[in-house]
Amino acid sequence: MTVLVLLDHADGAVSQASRSAVAAAGRLGEVHGLVAGDGVAAVAEAAARIQGLSRVLVADAEAFAHSLPEPLAALLQSLSGAYDHVLAPATATGKNVLPRLAALLDVQPVSEVVAIEGPDTFVRPIYAGSALATVRSGDAKKLLTIRAAAFDPAPAEGGTATVEAATLPADLPAPARFVSAELSRSERPDLSSARVVVSGGRGMGSGENFSLLAPIADSLGAAIGASRAAVDAGYVPNDYQVGQTGKIVAPELYLAVGISGAIQHLAGMKDSKIIVAVNKDAEAPIFAVADYGLVGDLFTVLPELQAELNKTA
Amino acid sequence: MSGTAREAMEFDVVVVGGGPSGLAAAIRLKQLAPEASVCLLEKGGEIGAHILSGAVIETRALDELIPDWKEKGAPLRTPATEDRMLFLWKKRSVSLPTPPQMHNTGNYIVSLGEVCRWLAAQAEELGVEIYPGFAAAELLEEDGRVVGVATGDMGIGRNGEPGPNHAPGMELRASYTLFAEGCRGSLAKQLMQRFGLREGVDPQTYGLGIKELWEIPKERHRPGLIQHTMGWPLDKHTYGGSWLYHFGDNLVSYGFVVGLDYRNTWLSPFDEMQRLKNHPAVRRHLEGGKRLSYGARALSEGGLQSVPRLSFPGGLLIGDTAGFLNVPKIKGTHTAMKSGMLAAEAVAEALEKGRPAEPRSFTRRVRRSWLWDELRRARNVRPAFARYGQLGGFIYSAVDTVLLRGRAPWTLHHPHTDHAVLEPADAAAPIAYPKPDGKLTFDKLSSVFLSNTNHEEDQPVHLRLRDPGRWRTVNWDRFRSPESRYCPAGVYEVPDPDAPELRINAQNCVHCKTCDIKDPTENIDWSAPEGGGGPNYPVGM
Amino acid sequence: MKLLVPVKRVIDYNVKPRVKADNSGVETAGVKMSMNPFDEIAVEEAVRLKEKGVATEIVVVSVGAAQAADTLRTAMAMGADRAILVQAEEAPEPLAVAKILRALVEREQPRLVLMGKQAIDDDMNATGQMLAGLLGWGQGTFASKIEAGGDALSVTREVDGGLETISLVLPAIVTVDLRLNEPRYASLPNIMKARKKPLETIAAAGLGVDVAPRLQTLRVVEPPERKAGIRVGSVAELVNKLRDEARVI
Ligand SMILES: Cc1cc2nc3c(=O)[nH]c(=O)nc-3n(C[C@H](O)[C@H](O)[C@H](O)COP(=O)(O)OP(=O)(O)OC[C@H]3O[C@@H](n4cnc5c(N)ncnc54)[C@H](O)[C@@H]3O)c2cc1C
Ligand code: SF4
Repeated sequence: MTVLVLLDHADGAVSQASRSAVAAAGRLGEVHGLVAGDGVAAVAEAAARIQGLSRVLVADAEAFAHSLPEPLAALLQSLSGAYDHVLAPATATGKNVLPRLAALLDVQPVSEVVAIEGPDTFVRPIYAGSALATVRSGDAKKLLTIRAAAFDPAPAEGGTATVEAATLPADLPAPARFVSAELSRSERPDLSSARVVVSGGRGMGSGENFSLLAPIADSLGAAIGASRAAVDAGYVPNDYQVGQTGKIVAPELYLAVGISGAIQHLAGMKDSKIIVAVNKDAEAPIFAVADYGLVGDLFTVLPELQAELNKTA
Repeated sequence: MSGTAREAMEFDVVVVGGGPSGLAAAIRLKQLAPEASVCLLEKGGEIGAHILSGAVIETRALDELIPDWKEKGAPLRTPATEDRMLFLWKKRSVSLPTPPQMHNTGNYIVSLGEVCRWLAAQAEELGVEIYPGFAAAELLEEDGRVVGVATGDMGIGRNGEPGPNHAPGMELRASYTLFAEGCRGSLAKQLMQRFGLREGVDPQTYGLGIKELWEIPKERHRPGLIQHTMGWPLDKHTYGGSWLYHFGDNLVSYGFVVGLDYRNTWLSPFDEMQRLKNHPAVRRHLEGGKRLSYGARALSEGGLQSVPRLSFPGGLLIGDTAGFLNVPKIKGTHTAMKSGMLAAEAVAEALEKGRPAEPRSFTRRVRRSWLWDELRRARNVRPAFARYGQLGGFIYSAVDTVLLRGRAPWTLHHPHTDHAVLEPADAAAPIAYPKPDGKLTFDKLSSVFLSNTNHEEDQPVHLRLRDPGRWRTVNWDRFRSPESRYCPAGVYEVPDPDAPELRINAQNCVHCKTCDIKDPTENIDWSAPEGGGGPNYPVGM
Repeated sequence: MKLLVPVKRVIDYNVKPRVKADNSGVETAGVKMSMNPFDEIAVEEAVRLKEKGVATEIVVVSVGAAQAADTLRTAMAMGADRAILVQAEEAPEPLAVAKILRALVEREQPRLVLMGKQAIDDDMNATGQMLAGLLGWGQGTFASKIEAGGDALSVTREVDGGLETISLVLPAIVTVDLRLNEPRYASLPNIMKARKKPLETIAAAGLGVDVAPRLQTLRVVEPPERKAGIRVGSVAELVNKLRDEARVI
């Protein structure tokens, strides 16, 4: 069986999420990658070094600049004949294009796959992660988007794939035109999509003390969040709130500082990959979900942590 | 509020509250007066969302209202099969004879929320307009007559200023308004004051019921089994006990009622209900099961002595808002429905006969019905428990109800309001409650989570202290914040006892009304929050 | 311009979904249902476009059980003009819904279909893209800003790490994201008025669309509970663990 993976890329590099999709594809068969874009020869070279890929197809044309879904779906449709599975990372691009492709192929796609149990059997979260559904696809071709956090990315170096130009379809639809992009020049990433979140709770004691979190968030490239208790106490504005009635986040690292861990807060962050808790109350419920717990006074821990992080940086 | 910008709509009858009494009234009205326009408001996000009950119900009122309820698929599916009454000590229990009023042959174990959803469907079929998600927040009065209610504004910010989504409330005007808000209705409270409806009757006394819904392994499910307990963990002066009903698909309704005339400020009804689960009499039913839902609601326990005047110009009080609950039976559904039906009959007659201001015939109809007779027989039981304690009360009730058949020539009274009997913190013995284990017993916040309660955060707090200063001098200094213990939803909190200040997490409120009842100086005022807020109890509660 | 806005009836976002004991799915019987929050945002945007004079008529559609009529009434209370209920037994999959919507688009001829980016029940995030694919129209997904001008539509999209603006030729499909707007309340007077707005019911079968499911759900389980990890003794140990063991910094 052969699998085609759409490799999305930014700033000349294949995204890490795409390498997770390559890793997932490896469980299904031989893996080919597709790099589409305008002037992407270097990206294709880099892609060829990803472990687990045997072939990299390159579609280099102006139409593919900015990954607009209409031409990209048409390209994937024309290439898909040779494949049993087509995968994309569950990134903005992957989620945009893959269902469109599925419609063109008359396939029901499977989104946000977190586990592969067989060539046609996949696990995916539903109800915002409150349940996991195992589904079997009856379609001849399987189209999946892959949730990056669920698969360790294939190593970026060490592979030896061949690079070939893809045959482009004669007609590429262009009902949409790229106008501009405004990438957040990270003062601070958006809470809901940040890779790292540093959150403070009532234990912070005051709004001013939240400034202790800022330098740590800066060195980690993190967004700053808060528990409802901290918001209610007026330490920080409402839009900092993580939890059942606030934002639901699932970063790779969630650092909970002075947060007790009420279930309403846990509901908003329990899907984080790694949870670290700092609390002076050794009995706080947050420790029951933390991968790493540190019992201690945050007013001594935070400055130490900042110093330690500066050392590594 | 902004009276000018509001739209208004005219109906013949407006019903406030979509519980058994309001729905039965609406249905009966359309049966008697099909042309009448009837509108029903419910503050819950859907009918049933705020209904919390046991519930074992008698079908007497339903039989009269919808005789073919079985054919129509009413969700009464689990007939009662076995009654158990236990008296508990910490580790032991004895079976008591089931008092006659507690025999349940012919009754059904139901989810009252599900029954209400079904009743609502019947009402809509008859043409009742039902609007869930809108609380009646204000009485409309003209020339001394209630002429309807207004819903609250939506989209008012926490600071009281209209936000970008502000939608003004609406006036629902009617010839007659039926108040069916259930126990301790917020508008009913205003009406009682406005029209002096409580003059000459005993104060109302209340209980707080806290409930959990469990799903248990099939092998251990005994559909139809009814168990009540008295005794441990309450002391002998405190009225209360637990219920446990097996019903539906492997479901168990477990809960605990505490009389709100309890005296010990350290008592926490929530923790009492949690620790009781450790008793073998309860544990063996629930162990290995899964808790599905949680909630709480106050109930009126005053009985006949506490029923206020029922009519006033422009409307009537019905159901548990009027206090029609049969306490020894712990059943109020059939009485609530019957009172609603009688109110509908009174109103239908008044609509036909020139729409007099006050549909007075309601009181007469109630006094002539089985409802009155039933409450009359039961009237001495609850006060006896208050006087003679748990076992004394039990023995008294046996004499009163079995030997005298409720015809005792005397009536025991409720001398005090519930809030007045609390003893100061230094005069009462603190209670040490065990820690929850997360399997059988739980903490408050993870419990509230299962009530699915929510309130739009940016709105004025719906729980107000009339005199904020009094909290420190009375609630804290004398009673050590009883509200942080009796509130079953963790709404009231004193984060730092060294610098005591009350925090009100209004979003957690499950609308049980206990704080409105039990605050030592009645300083807490519960008003209807923005419509749709509050718990979202699933079918099963 | 005429707008078509599909809306879905889902378990209310305040309600914690519960997995059925037999692991066949999530319990939906007797649970409070509401309009999918993303669809509310789509309806709101449609109403704003109408208030600005850009849109002339808003048609809302729901595919599902008879009770989805409630959801359509809510949409009309928010300001939609009329509604179509496509009655279907089991909740059809996104592919089938997209095909049903294609049939309606052919009948109604809207210039713009505005829809939620995903439903909060199955979290598929697919129907809009699929409808665009089936129709061969352009798509602007995850929109956080929409500006109409002549025959084109400018759509600002939420993409990884920022925003992207594209220009779409009409007719087109736009799926909306959380930050686009804050939907208005369906006020009581408007709910009352919405009872009188037209609601047409058609059977899915009548559209000649194959709605047979392609996916079979084998089981639905609760996610494994998170377990407590380890306690670290110092900040240095913590940083080492995060760097070398968890590899997150
Ligand atoms: C813990 C507990 C156990 C019980 N067990 C049993 C039992 O086993 N058997 C039995 O027969 N009875 C039982 N009862 C009693 C029974 O539930 C009540 O007597 C019955 O529900 C009363 O019906 P009601 O219509 O008067 O009020 P409720 O059922 O309380 O309904 C009132 C409705 O009005 C709504 N409402 C209130 N205020 C407003 C407003 N301002 N605007 C709009 N809507 C409003 C509420 O949201 C609610 O839906 C129990 C009660 C409790 C609390
Ligand atoms: S705040 Fe009052 S009404 Fe609300 S749950 Fe607590 S005690 Fe009950």
